[in-house]
Amino acid sequence: MAAFSIRPRRPGDAGWLAASSQPLEVTRPSRRTFVKGLAMGGAVAGLGLWRPAASAQTDAGQQLVSLTGTEFDLTIGETLMDFTGSPRLAVTVNGSLPAPTLRWKEGDTVTLRVANTLGEGTSIHWHGILLPANMDGVPGLSFNGIPPGETYVYRFTVRQGGTYWYHSHSGFQEQRGLYGALIIEPLEPEPFGYDRDYVVMLSDWTDEDPDRVFAKLKKQAHYYNYNRRTLGDFARDVRERGLGVTLSDRLAWGEMRMTPTDLADVTGTTYTYLMNGHSPAANWTGLFRRGERVRLRFVNGGAASYFDVRIPGLPMTVVAADGQLVHPVTVDEFRIAAGETFDVLVEPSGQEAFTIWAQSMDRTGYARGTLALRDGLSAPVPDLDPVPLLTMADMGHEGMAHQGHGGMMDDATMQTHPESERGNPLVDMQVMSASARLDDPGIGLRTNGRRALTYANLRALFPDPDGREPGRTVELHLTGHMERFVWSFDGVKFSDAEPLRLTYGERLRIVLVNDTMMAHPIHLHGMWSDVEDDAGQFQLRKHVVDMPPGTKRSFRVRADALGRWAFHCHLLYHMAAGMFREVRVDV
Amino acid sequence: MRTRARWSVVVGWAVLGACWGASAAWAQPAGQENEQGSSQPWTPIPPVTDADRVAAFPDVDVSAVHDTVNYFVLFDQLEWQGDGSTGGMNWDSKGWIGGDRDRLWFRTEGDAESGSLGDAEAHLVYGRAVARWWDVLVGLRQDLRDGPGKSWLALGVQGLAPYWFEVEATVYLGASGRTAARFEAEYELLFTNRLVLQPLVELNLYGKTGAERRVGAGVSAFDIGLRLRYEFRRELAPYIGVTWSNAFGETADFAEAVGETPDSRRLVAGVRLWF
Repeated sequence: MAAFSIRPRRPGDAGWLAASSQPLEVTRPSRRTFVKGLAMGGAVAGLGLWRPAASAQTDAGQQLVSLTGTEFDLTIGETLMDFTGSPRLAVTVNGSLPAPTLRWKEGDTVTLRVANTLGEGTSIHWHGILLPANMDGVPGLSFNGIPPGETYVYRFTVRQGGTYWYHSHSGFQEQRGLYGALIIEPLEPEPFGYDRDYVVMLSDWTDEDPDRVFAKLKKQAHYYNYNRRTLGDFARDVRERGLGVTLSDRLAWGEMRMTPTDLADVTGTTYTYLMNGHSPAANWTGLFRRGERVRLRFVNGGAASYFDVRIPGLPMTVVAADGQLVHPVTVDEFRIAAGETFDVLVEPSGQEAFTIWAQSMDRTGYARGTLALRDGLSAPVPDLDPVPLLTMADMGHEGMAHQGHGGMMDDATMQTHPESERGNPLVDMQVMSASARLDDPGIGLRTNGRRALTYANLRALFPDPDGREPGRTVELHLTGHMERFVWSFDGVKFSDAEPLRLTYGERLRIVLVNDTMMAHPIHLHGMWSDVEDDAGQFQLRKHVVDMPPGTKRSFRVRADALGRWAFHCHLLYHMAAGMFREVRVDV
Repeated sequence: MRTRARWSVVVGWAVLGACWGASAAWAQPAGQENEQGSSQPWTPIPPVTDADRVAAFPDVDVSAVHDTVNYFVLFDQLEWQGDGSTGGMNWDSKGWIGGDRDRLWFRTEGDAESGSLGDAEAHLVYGRAVARWWDVLVGLRQDLRDGPGKSWLALGVQGLAPYWFEVEATVYLGASGRTAARFEAEYELLFTNRLVLQPLVELNLYGKTGAERRVGAGVSAFDIGLRLRYEFRRELAPYIGVTWSNAFGETADFAEAVGETPDSRRLVAGVRLWF
C-alpha cells in the first residue's frame, strides 16, 4: 500500500497544493536543458543529418528541442534519420524528430509561421486545441493545406492549459515523423508541484514508405501479424483445455472469419517504437535528483499503436488526461491510445535508475527509456508480456452463449444497428451486446497483478463546464472489414458520407458503438468530448475517446465551435481507410 | 508518517476540488438556476461574430478524402512439376485493381512442357463485393491452346467461406451451347506463422463432350494439391508439394488416346510471389 502513497514535498505542508506556489522554480531546470537542446538541434539540422541513435549524446543532447513564446517559426522538411541501421528521410519540423516541444501560455495569442520545404503539401493540426476552424490544419476541411514552398500563418488565442500535441494531417506524414508536444502553462496554477518536467513522446517508426504499408494492408490485412494461431497452438490448447473446448473455440472464430490475435494492423515486425525519438537501444534518459518529484507528460504520437506504460518499481499518479486535470489516481500501469495524453507524477526513490517501459498492446515491441540519477545508468528491461487473445466476450459476443441456453436475450442489452450496416459488404461484424466497460483495463491488463488505469478511474477535477443535459443523441457505429481493410462509421466510408450536422450552441450526446474487433481511439476536433459515466453524467473531459472492441460509450459535445471539423479514428491507417466523418457546426 | 502524508494529500485535493467547484459556480450567470436539464449553459455560448463566420468556413478547394486505387498480383503457383519421367512448368496467377467494392480481376493458369503450351487460359472479369465475404464476377475466359471454342463468358462468385476456406465457383458459357463449370477451394494451415501448408482442390465439369477439346461431359477432372511454403517475406515463399490429377470418363479416354495418363501424381517445387 505504501507504494501508492504520495509523499508531500516537506513534512507537514499541504501536499501538492503547497508546491503550486512556486511554478517558476519547478520548470526552470527543464528550460535550461531545453535551451541547450535547441542549440544542438539547430546546429545538426544545419548539417542535414541527425542521428539520435548516436551513443555519445549527453543528457542535454537527448532532450527534446523546446521553443517558448508567442511567435514561432516552424519549417517542415525532410531530414535523414537512422533508427534501425538504415538511414531514411523523415518528415521533421526544424530538422528534429519529434518536432520541437512548443511552450505556450493560456491567454496568449500565438503566431506560428509554418513553412513547407517538402515536395508535397503539408499541414499541422493542433491536437486537442480549441481554435477557429481555419486554424485547425486539416486539408480539405480547414484550409487547402500548405503547398510546397509556401508558408501558412496560424494565429489564435490559447484558451486552455495542459499537455497536448501537434502533428501533420496530410497523407501519412505523421507516420514519417511529424509530431511534437504542446505544453500550455495554465492561467490557474496547477494543484500539484514537481521538480522536473519531461515530455515522454511515444511513437512508432517504420523504414517503409507508409503508402506502401497502407497498400500492403489493402492487399493482405494480416501482413504484419506474425502471432496468428498455429497448429502448435491448437495442439497445446487441446492438451490444456481438451479437444471439445478447443474445437468449439476454433469453429466459433472460423465461422466469423476473424482471428483473436488482431490487436494491431502494423506491428513490431516493421515498427521501431520510439520514446522521444529514441529507439530502445538509444535509451532516452531523463535525470532526477534524490527526493525530487518528476512530472512525465506522456503523449501517444504513434500512427497505429497503443502502448501499455509502466515504470517497474515506481507507482505513477495520473493527474491529467488529454490535458485536463483529473482527480489524482495512482496506478502501476496505463494503456494510452493513439492521440491521448496522460500527465503523471512520480517520486523515484530507492533505485538509481528506473525503466520507463511502453510495450505495444499487441506485444510485438516496446519503447523504452530511463529515469536515472546520472547519465549512462539503466535499469532492467522487462520481458514483453504474453500476447493476449481476444475473446468473444471482448467483442460483445458473450450473448451467443446465453442464446445457447435457450433463453431469449435481454432486449435491453441486445444491440441494434443502423440500416446502412445491413447487407453491407464492407461490414464484417456487428456487436450483439455492447456495454461501456469503463472499469475494464482492457485486454492483456486484466490479470497481470498490476494496478492498471481504467476510464472509470479518471474523473475530471471540475464539474461539467456546460451543465446542460444533451438535447439529442446521435448514435454512430464503428465499422469495418478486416480482410478488405476498410474502416468506416455506420458502414459508410468518409468518401460516401454526409457530414454530421450540429447546430451552434447545442449540447448533444454522441454514442459510439464498436462493431469491430479492434480498438479505435476516436478524436473530435474543435470541441471537447465530455465522457459520460455509467449513469450518463459528466465524468471526464477528453479529446480522444478510446473504444475497445464490443464497447458502447457516450460523450457530450458542446457545439460552441463554428465550422467544419474532423471526427475520426486516430489510427492513421483506419482514418485513411474511411473511418472519418466531417462534423459541421452551423448557426 | 505515510498515513499522515496521504491524508494531507487527500485534504489538499478536497480543498482544491472545492475551489474548482466554486470557480465553476462563479462562472454561471447570476441568479440562474442550473439544475440538470436547464436550457442555459453554465459557461455561456459566445455570440457569433462576422469574423467567426469567415474563420469557420474558409474557401477550400482540396478534398479531405483519401481513397486510393489499389492492386494485387499473386503468383500462387509458379512451379516445376514432374512425375519422374516427364516434367514441365505450371503457373496459377490472379490479381485485381480497383477500390474496396469494385475491382477488375485477372486470372490465368496453365502449363508448358518442353517449350510448348499445354492447357492454358486467362480470365478478365469485373468483380463486385455484394456480401460480407462474397464477390460476384462477370467477364471473359479465353483458352490459349489452339483449337475451336476458345472463348467463354464467365459468371462466378468467390469469397471466404466459414472456417477460412477460400472458394471460387465459376460457370462458363461458350458458343453453340457449350457449358462448363469450375469449383476451387483452398485452405491455409499454419505450422508456424511462416511455414504454411496449402491444400487445394479444383473440380472441372463440362456440359457437352467436345472431342476437339478432349473433354467429356460431366465431371471431367479434378486436381488436388498440397503445397508447403515458407514465407521468408509475405511476398516471397518458396514451396514444395505434391499434386494429384485425375480425369474421368470420356475425358480420361481422350487423354489416353494422345498418350497422356489420366491419373497423374507429381512432385512440384516453386515459388509463391505477390506484389
